[in-house]
Amino acid sequence: MEGELVLLGGGGGGGGGGSAGVSTNESAVLSKVEVVVSEACSYPAESELELGLGLSLGGATGKTKPATATSSWGECGRILTAKDFPSVTKNGGPSVSVSGTKRAAESVSHEGGSPTGVSGSSQVVGWPPIRAYRMNSLVNQAKSQRADEGDSGIGEKDKPKDALKKKLNYNGNKISSTTTVNEKGHLGFVKVNMDGIPIGRKVDLNAHSCYQSLAQALEDMFLRSTNSVGNSSLLVFYSFSALCGDVNAIKPPLFFIGAEKEQLTKAPKLLDGSSEFGDWMLVGDVPWRMFVSSVRRLRIMRTSEANGLAPRFHDSNERQRSKPI
Amino acid sequence: MQKKTAYSFPDEILEHVFSFIQSGKDRNAASVVCKSWYEIERWCRRKIFVGNCYAVSPTMVIRRFPDIRSIELKGKPHFADFNLVPDGWGGYVLPWISEMAGAYPWLEEIRLKRMVVTDESLELVAKSFTNLQVLVLFSCEGFSTDGLAAIAASCKNLTELDLRDSEVDDLSGHWLNHFPDTYTSLVSLNISCLGSDDVSFSALERLVGRCPNLRRLLLNREVPLDKIANLLSRAPQLIEFGTGTYAAELRSDVYSNLAEAFCNCKDLKCLSGFWDAVPAYLPVIYSVCSRLTSLNLSYAPIQNPDLTKLVSQCPSLQRMWVLDYIEDSGLEVLASSCKDLQELRVFPSDPFGEEPNVSLTEKGLVAVSSGCPKLHSVLYFCRQMSNEALVTIAQNCPNFTRFRLCLLDPKIADYRTLQPLDVGFGAIVEHCKDLRRLSLSGLLTDRVFEYIGMHAKKLEMLSVAFAGESDLALHHVLSGCESLRKLEIMNCPFGDKALLANAAKLETMRSLWMSSCSVSLGACKMLGQKMPRLNIEVMDEKGPPDSRAESDPVDKLYIYRSVAGPRFDMPPFVWTMDEDFASELS
Repeated sequence: MEGELVLLGGGGGGGGGGSAGVSTNESAVLSKVEVVVSEACSYPAESELELGLGLSLGGATGKTKPATATSSWGECGRILTAKDFPSVTKNGGPSVSVSGTKRAAESVSHEGGSPTGVSGSSQVVGWPPIRAYRMNSLVNQAKSQRADEGDSGIGEKDKPKDALKKKLNYNGNKISSTTTVNEKGHLGFVKVNMDGIPIGRKVDLNAHSCYQSLAQALEDMFLRSTNSVGNSSLLVFYSFSALCGDVNAIKPPLFFIGAEKEQLTKAPKLLDGSSEFGDWMLVGDVPWRMFVSSVRRLRIMRTSEANGLAPRFHDSNERQRSKPI
Repeated sequence: MQKKTAYSFPDEILEHVFSFIQSGKDRNAASVVCKSWYEIERWCRRKIFVGNCYAVSPTMVIRRFPDIRSIELKGKPHFADFNLVPDGWGGYVLPWISEMAGAYPWLEEIRLKRMVVTDESLELVAKSFTNLQVLVLFSCEGFSTDGLAAIAASCKNLTELDLRDSEVDDLSGHWLNHFPDTYTSLVSLNISCLGSDDVSFSALERLVGRCPNLRRLLLNREVPLDKIANLLSRAPQLIEFGTGTYAAELRSDVYSNLAEAFCNCKDLKCLSGFWDAVPAYLPVIYSVCSRLTSLNLSYAPIQNPDLTKLVSQCPSLQRMWVLDYIEDSGLEVLASSCKDLQELRVFPSDPFGEEPNVSLTEKGLVAVSSGCPKLHSVLYFCRQMSNEALVTIAQNCPNFTRFRLCLLDPKIADYRTLQPLDVGFGAIVEHCKDLRRLSLSGLLTDRVFEYIGMHAKKLEMLSVAFAGESDLALHHVLSGCESLRKLEIMNCPFGDKALLANAAKLETMRSLWMSSCSVSLGACKMLGQKMPRLNIEVMDEKGPPDSRAESDPVDKLYIYRSVAGPRFDMPPFVWTMDEDFASELS
């Protein structure tokens, strides 16, 4: 019984893009996004950029612990073609900071001595003991400082231009291609809801530097505790805030597809007073940094329900009810 | 003939005497003297503090205290602040509000900490408590601006609305408009946690303008700097002010307006906010600095020399919160300038960086401990420490009541001797006889716990992470710390023995949290069976505990005393180990 957690790169106005399963770890590390930390994922020569990233669940991976606490971010997933849904079990994923799991914490604390510096500690839940609110403020600061320093975190050089041209077109907003994103609000920890599971979770995006590790974390969070994923793939959507320019001029509501939770059914008002249900973006499309700076919420849906949702931004009346698991 | 005793005062006199006893602890003591005192006391108690909302049920509270006017409730365990408690754990306030709505129509004050507050709860509060004056939601979540709108619309007597550190769903920017135009009683407003779209600035301005008693105003980050002058000019009587974002292009008109506005606030003593602060605008507060008793720059990315220069202008400071940009040099200036300093908190600007980005070490804290004789409360994040420094600090400050040291690398040793930091922390507990709260970090063996058990007799709250070697450590603490109320432990090799050997101690404490330790499921079950007045809650997101062996360690364990029995609002990943646990699942 395998399912997959698939982060699709299929945003924009075009088709949904392919979904890709990813087998981890044995083969060379491939990623289409730049990662911030030094142990970067390497890039494939032949990156299929409209493909997403995915990780297969595997059944027997209940207690995998990474061999070393210092995660080699290099152990990221591999992008395959859309037709490729391998059922490889993953192991040795990076130890990620995920609310509620202790795997990372265990692996860190059982290391002989402490890891060098604090490189390992960002992966331990609850350490350092800083409130999420404060952590997010620091993140905003650090990001704008890095942006100011001209750090091209977007990785434009490394991606073919067509990926960037996939516009996050929303009411005519285009993504600025610069990194000086005016971030406001609570970044770092974002809420994640999976359809069919009433209890949402929070994931710390700062503990991840690429989509693969995020996918891994989400998988740990949601797909381990539910054992009925079945064979369908799951998609991760995110809702985002305005990415550029004058944040005050464009108020970006969260857009929801009809969902179970009460707060999600309230249609937020746009600036001109109209309200609209819109779509969520599929995760995996934009460079990681841009994603992290703009994401506000994540939502995991099954592909069966999500079919037809992803490509369209303005099919506002298209409501999909997700089936309970 | 009735026996006359020294205590046969008329009830009214006793009641009058009791009215002078404000502290809950003292009232509790008075209530157990005899039955008549119990009765009189319970009828005239007006204020109640419930440190763990699951320790007692609302029904029981209402039954005993029929006329409460002020209630304070706390929900989730402290480690929830650091994301160790998954969403859905509990801490719902609605059951309390529902019952109090009928029983306490004259309720005036509601203070909640780490609770889940829904819009429904807030609407019920608004409807039920027309006399509500104080609403404090400290680190709460689950509500939106709709709930706030209901409060604003209905609570005509509200004086204090404090949303400190809460997570609010931003749905509409106009909840402030719901305060009617006739509403003028606001004294304290803290909306610093609100997100981008939450506050209609014009409504805020009007509100501030018509509330002459407003003394405390903490804005949220989105309020731009150029609007502050206007706001301050409407409220020159403010005592405490929190800015919004403190960054803007330098413009002389904005600058001078700000300077003038601050200058006119003759009562201003506390400043905070300063998000994104740029040095250019710092001097506008210089006129206030000499009066400042509290300054919170912990969201301000300003660095030396601007930061130090600012600090040196505040000789009256009693409380200082700052980022580690202040560095050792700035702390030395603080030590020489601020002789009234009582509380210092230094937060890390880059907690996950591998290399230190600032020169903040143990030396800064040593300097402050040496220069500030009134220092008694410390929260200090840094990257290196030595036993020698800790001993010096302990000797300099025997009056510490709160000492929390966080070394960013949790198991780092004394950087000079490479020894564990046992001796240093031992000195702290030995010299600081009034220590009530202690957080440990660094490389620590069982020895430090032996010192703690031996000396920390007034310690009420202890936080431990990545420390100790064996159960003996936990045993030292549980058996030695007589005043211990809250113990929270993460990632320590503590197992069953100490816990089981000190089971009775747990009933004298409010709560015990252990996560990523080595307590077995079997021990939890045993505790659950043997200790009916404790709730033993096992949290595990991988599946029900009965699917694993008895000897398997549990992921998270939360034990608290309760007279209300096990709770029934647990999410699927929490199991309570009561007597029926074993039989329920079989």
